[in-house]
Amino acid sequence: MSRSPIDDGRTMGENKLRVLVAKPGLDGHDRGAKVICRALRDAGYEVVYTGLRRTPEEIVSAAIQEDVDVIGLSILSGAHNVLFPKILDLLKDQDAGDITVIAGGIIPEKDIPGLKEAGIGEIFLPGTSTKDIVEWIEANVRNI
Amino acid sequence: MNGKYLKKDIMKKSLLQWKQKSYHETLKASSLEKKHTTISGKKINPLYTPLDLDDFDYSTQLGFPGEYPYTRGIHSSMYHGRPWTMRQFSGFGTAEATNSRYRYLLSHGQTGLSVAFHLPTLMGMDSDHPLALGEVGKCGVAIDSLADMEILFDRIPLDKITTSMTINAPAAVLWAMYIAVAEKQGVPPRKISGTIQNDILKEYIAQKTFIFPPNPSMKLIVDTFEYGAQEVPRWNTISISGYHIREAGATAVQELAFTLRDGIEYVEWALERGLDVDVFAPRLSYFFNSHNDFFEEIAKFRAARKIWADVMRNRFKANNPRSWLLRFHTQTSGVSLMAQQPYNNVVRVALQGLAAVLGGTQSLHTNSLDETYALPSEDAVTIALRTQQIIAHESGVTNTIDPLGGSYFVEKLTLEMEEEACEYIKRIDDMGGMVKAIEMGFPQKEILDSAYYYQQAVEKKEKIIVGVNDFIMEQERIPTLEIDDSTAEQHLTRLKEVRKGRNKTRVKGYLADLKKAAEDQVNLMPLLLSCVKSYATLGEIIDTLKIVYGEYDEPITY
Repeated sequence: MSRSPIDDGRTMGENKLRVLVAKPGLDGHDRGAKVICRALRDAGYEVVYTGLRRTPEEIVSAAIQEDVDVIGLSILSGAHNVLFPKILDLLKDQDAGDITVIAGGIIPEKDIPGLKEAGIGEIFLPGTSTKDIVEWIEANVRNI
Repeated sequence: MNGKYLKKDIMKKSLLQWKQKSYHETLKASSLEKKHTTISGKKINPLYTPLDLDDFDYSTQLGFPGEYPYTRGIHSSMYHGRPWTMRQFSGFGTAEATNSRYRYLLSHGQTGLSVAFHLPTLMGMDSDHPLALGEVGKCGVAIDSLADMEILFDRIPLDKITTSMTINAPAAVLWAMYIAVAEKQGVPPRKISGTIQNDILKEYIAQKTFIFPPNPSMKLIVDTFEYGAQEVPRWNTISISGYHIREAGATAVQELAFTLRDGIEYVEWALERGLDVDVFAPRLSYFFNSHNDFFEEIAKFRAARKIWADVMRNRFKANNPRSWLLRFHTQTSGVSLMAQQPYNNVVRVALQGLAAVLGGTQSLHTNSLDETYALPSEDAVTIALRTQQIIAHESGVTNTIDPLGGSYFVEKLTLEMEEEACEYIKRIDDMGGMVKAIEMGFPQKEILDSAYYYQQAVEKKEKIIVGVNDFIMEQERIPTLEIDDSTAEQHLTRLKEVRKGRNKTRVKGYLADLKKAAEDQVNLMPLLLSCVKSYATLGEIIDTLKIVYGEYDEPITY
């Protein structure tokens, strides 16, 4: 399967944050992921979207290859407790633990503390404004 | 004649006077500027009058219920004759767990079953596939082989219950399993009834659980039409679905247009095979979303019936009136449910369910209040079912047929939606049909544009979502259903046992025959039945077909 970088209009020397929007898990619900892609692009970020049903390995390798600052995981299938920690572990194994990982989708509140402890920066639930996501990235990624 | 025009002139004058004097003067300047639009962004006038229905002819626009063009309903007696089927979509964990939920729902007055499969099944993968990690039993029930299906319908008499199965890319295989279970119960295929969703076009457009490319997928669907018409005549071999198109962000008109154009595509492919339209068309069924905008939804359902009747009668020259009927299932809108203040979702669902009933649905699924968090708990699903029962038995809305028929507003809205949907249908015709339009990314792009526009409207507070961008407050958590990991273990143990216990030579033989049949382009249903009866797994069957058909790789755009 091929991965298609969406936005290759990068201008060298510009301090544009690079974000990989990724869909792990088997579900095909990509409305949220694609709306986020557009909103982040409109906020001035370089955005790369992986497409559907990517394995943790594919996501991590794309993140490293694209040299991103942030990975945004979107999942609605319920497999987050298995797949998120796997992605975080793989990032650490490949010395890419500095990439901030955030997530959104259908994630029960009781799962959130465990996922944050594992290293997910923030989890955005249904109803989140795209502005809130941009503000979070500005505060937690840009300003480090 | 002159008298009529004179009367119209007077009316126009009075309306203008009312608008300028009474209506505008009572509104503050800020309210005057506010546009009133539906959730789809469609502009709505402050008042509708007979002037909006100029030249409206009752018999051609509406007719009587059960009569062409069926705007008022497909049955002459509608809910007086038979209430809609209360069909709650459910499935989770193992076949055992789901079987027990089914028997619970049936004992509490539910009148039909609707199976939710887990994602590996929807993708035609066995539960031990590497990509199934973490997914087993999460989004629905895990079904890998006939052995699971036998447990799923244990002690449920398939000659008495109708079953809807939400399955698309591998629909023919799961249908074969259902037929095989019925046979084991002693119920012949001619006696079973139900629906397979089997709608691959909306998968490419919206839900994205596709496996094969469009051409072989469409071929497989026409196989089920052909087989069904001959062998399983009471089965609906497709449920042409707008639901997922809407959930992905489409407007009401886009849902209506893309869904009906999908329907047209299936009819064209079946005719191409040489099937008689009046043999398969009566088994086509539809599935729509019921979203928040009450009147827009009702108008959408009414317009859908009218357009389809016209398409079948005039475009495809179907002679059997049953071919003209748009029968549909409705589900309330999943995306309209909010995680914030989740009890408010009960109210949203009640209004959406009411719109579906006022729109003349044949069956209904009402969502549960906790679905933004997880699959529904038993308590939540009970409230959802009770909501339908309250609409049916307490509200009084079923006392008369199409109670909103004749409303200036509803009739005007119905006409406008019909017109706008037909424009879209024409555009897709001009592109060479829906498969072509999908390959060009047309419906996908239209839907995403609408989704993004709506998200911006919400963020600018042009659209209010109670508890989300207004009327916000803290709330307590609600209890949700948990699928623990023992589910996967229990299920995977059975998969291993099934693989061990079957006659391997027989399985291999049937799979080889299946491959040959796929290459020869013959109807695959008989061989799929042999495969599933030999306990070949879903993954083995789909992998065999992938060798012949290949896999679909969608163009990534946003």
